[in-house]
Amino acid sequence: MNLTQKTLEIRTSPHILSGMSTDTIMRNVVYALLPVAAFAVYAFGLAAALVISVSTISTVLTEHVLCRLTKKESTIGDWSAAITGLLYGLTLPPGLPLWMVFCGGVIAIALGKFMFGGLGYNPFNPALVGRAVMQAAFPVAITTWHPAFTTDRFYNLPDSTLTLPFMAPVFKAVTTATPLAQMKFDHKIADSYDLAMGFVSGSTGETCAVLILLGGAYLAWRKMMNWRIPAAIFLTVIVLSEFFHYLKPEIYPDSLFMLLSGGLMLGAVFMATDMVASPMTSRGVMIYGALIGILVVVIRLWGGLPEGVMYAILIANAASPHIDRLVQPRVYGTGGVKRKT
Amino acid sequence: METTITVKKTFPHGVHPPEAKEETHHLKIRRFPFAPVMILPLSQHTGKPSKAMVREGQEVARGQKIAEADGFVSVALHAPASGIIKRIALAPNPVGRMTPSIYLQPFPASSQEVLEGTPIDPDTASPDEIVKAIQDAGIVGLGGAAFPTHVKLKIPEGKFVDTLIINGVECEPYLTTDHRVMLEQKDDIFMGIRYLMKVTGAQRTIIGIEANKLDAAQELSAAIPAGMPVSVEVFKVKYPQGAEKMLIKALLDREVPSGGLPVDVHTVVVNVATAAEIGRLLPHGRGIMERVITITGPGVAKKGNYWIPIGTPVRYVLEQAGAKDNISLVFLGGPMMGQAVSNLDFPFTKGTSGLVVFTEAETNSKPQKIYPCIHCAYCVDACPMFLNPSQMGILAKKERYEEMAEQYNLFDCFECGACSYVCPSHIPLVQYFRVAKGILREKKAAS
Ligand code: SF4
Ligand code: SF4
Repeated sequence: MNLTQKTLEIRTSPHILSGMSTDTIMRNVVYALLPVAAFAVYAFGLAAALVISVSTISTVLTEHVLCRLTKKESTIGDWSAAITGLLYGLTLPPGLPLWMVFCGGVIAIALGKFMFGGLGYNPFNPALVGRAVMQAAFPVAITTWHPAFTTDRFYNLPDSTLTLPFMAPVFKAVTTATPLAQMKFDHKIADSYDLAMGFVSGSTGETCAVLILLGGAYLAWRKMMNWRIPAAIFLTVIVLSEFFHYLKPEIYPDSLFMLLSGGLMLGAVFMATDMVASPMTSRGVMIYGALIGILVVVIRLWGGLPEGVMYAILIANAASPHIDRLVQPRVYGTGGVKRKT
Repeated sequence: METTITVKKTFPHGVHPPEAKEETHHLKIRRFPFAPVMILPLSQHTGKPSKAMVREGQEVARGQKIAEADGFVSVALHAPASGIIKRIALAPNPVGRMTPSIYLQPFPASSQEVLEGTPIDPDTASPDEIVKAIQDAGIVGLGGAAFPTHVKLKIPEGKFVDTLIINGVECEPYLTTDHRVMLEQKDDIFMGIRYLMKVTGAQRTIIGIEANKLDAAQELSAAIPAGMPVSVEVFKVKYPQGAEKMLIKALLDREVPSGGLPVDVHTVVVNVATAAEIGRLLPHGRGIMERVITITGPGVAKKGNYWIPIGTPVRYVLEQAGAKDNISLVFLGGPMMGQAVSNLDFPFTKGTSGLVVFTEAETNSKPQKIYPCIHCAYCVDACPMFLNPSQMGILAKKERYEEMAEQYNLFDCFECGACSYVCPSHIPLVQYFRVAKGILREKKAAS
């Protein structure tokens, strides 16, 4: 061969890469969420299917349009907007009017992500930002729950679903209370088998703990999720709730109920683990997880709301850069000379 | 004697790149022909360039000293072949910078007999005599650092060494030179260790080897001369275990203090090929004329481990090794820390341990899109120095270099590349850190 004519690439080491890519990670998170979404559709029927579709379309569309408006290359290819949309949709009650769902998706991306500079710069989990704004704007609609496994769920929609924008939705149909609300206001504790399998009322994607854990286990196995975060959250919640349950079993539920009810599973496995908004060091994520666990228990047992996972994660998100600063790893060679004989 | 080998030790953090050694690790080291012209840069080592002792037109014998050390942090240079000095002029180094070099034209018909020097006896020579002999033999770290070996063997006043570590880890993918040296130069290695223990005063020696070279570990432990306090330890395979600091951590659980040297924790680390070379050359009073280099990668046909005379031009080697038409990336050393070369008109020097050739298939397969840092912490979990590459990368982009150095220990980064290797956002972290260090050094020099 003629080596004189050869132009060689000049690049800097390392010359090989692990092959892991940000879009691959994000895409796999979407995969892990799909069974959860499928169960939501199975449990709540058409209403859930519409909520999840609209939420996902709204976030992806918003991301695309905002990129175009700011003359940047569209970033929907990194799959992160799809995660936000799915997660956000999974936290909504199945009968939420679709125009509200859409608004929340726009807010999640615009306010929760784009305003801060897009992927990698969001201090909070964007899905939760969208959810929190919805909670403030439509406190009634977003806490109106529909029973799961109604017989007509695959062909009938709750009347509220198709409410026109800015019209107050009418909740004529039978609405129901979530296990957490029952616990809080009626002191009724749901069966833990029903909770684990998702045979209860709640947000679209919060109900089936088993599928959420499976999705999480898959991501942890692929090292696309830090398992220490849900582990720390669960552990804290177990210890704290068992303690209070032991003190006053008639008021405070046991740990199994606390773990399986409401948004804790979905929040701990898929939302608190948002890489961007959680700490980076192993010690940091333990503190972060424990903080979420404490906040969840405190809000649930003594707060004015039945559910505290969303706020707990948002507060911990805000604390995460500070946690990171506190627990920087000890740099090699800076801890004095260890001398072993 | 069959020795059982337990694999347990390693250092915390690090990465597992594909080893890619299977194509060459079983190939015996072969001789390489002399190139028509050899180029011998006077600076093949860290420190002051050697001083030329020959003039243009002079005839030299193989092994003859042609340049001498200039000060303590400098080494001698020997003629790799009998021939005639054509010129002493500037020649390009791997990155294209021109450095003073000696051009040597070997005699085609010469028998290439090697000149004998004054032998050094490990038992009777004093430590200082051995240090001097190692400097005169032109020996530098053959693992890639090219730091003059005798400098680190000179134990400073008031310090002591209890353990000599022989580095046979070879953690860079693709490279198999140390592996072959351990299999084929066992006697030289133990001879080298004798010299090294004498100079450093170490009471024991540990040879550290990764588990992907079990045959070498077994053969070496079986060959330990009776009464010699040498042991062989096998590590789990992990990059960058061959870095001195990681090796010391894995073997002795000691940490070299930031900014310090291994001797601060009572040890000296010498690459196994360097030890073998000391053991091969000193008994004959000779100097380095050649070294073992792995030529490999998808871009060459005749992959293998070769004794390549120092000064052989890379172009000549590529032609002999059957480089393919579509080569697109050539680098010296391994893929993790190796140096990509922009031209082929420079020679192999003492510090080069491998030549890896990639074709367009490897370099163009997928354009790597750079995403923002997603705080996945892969880099944090990979960094063997326990730094925070993510945070440093973010600061580097904002050009906040001082902060990187003061708050995030930038200068403890030894550019192993583990962070860039794992980053899913393909952020060129190491490159950022190199630039940051360069700018800070310049600022310091200017002030
Ligand atoms: S290149 Fe530097 S920062 Fe990156 S892993 Fe290696 S030592 Fe750590
Ligand atoms: S590996 Fe890359 S994306 Fe992940 S934290 Fe480090 S710099 Fe950021």
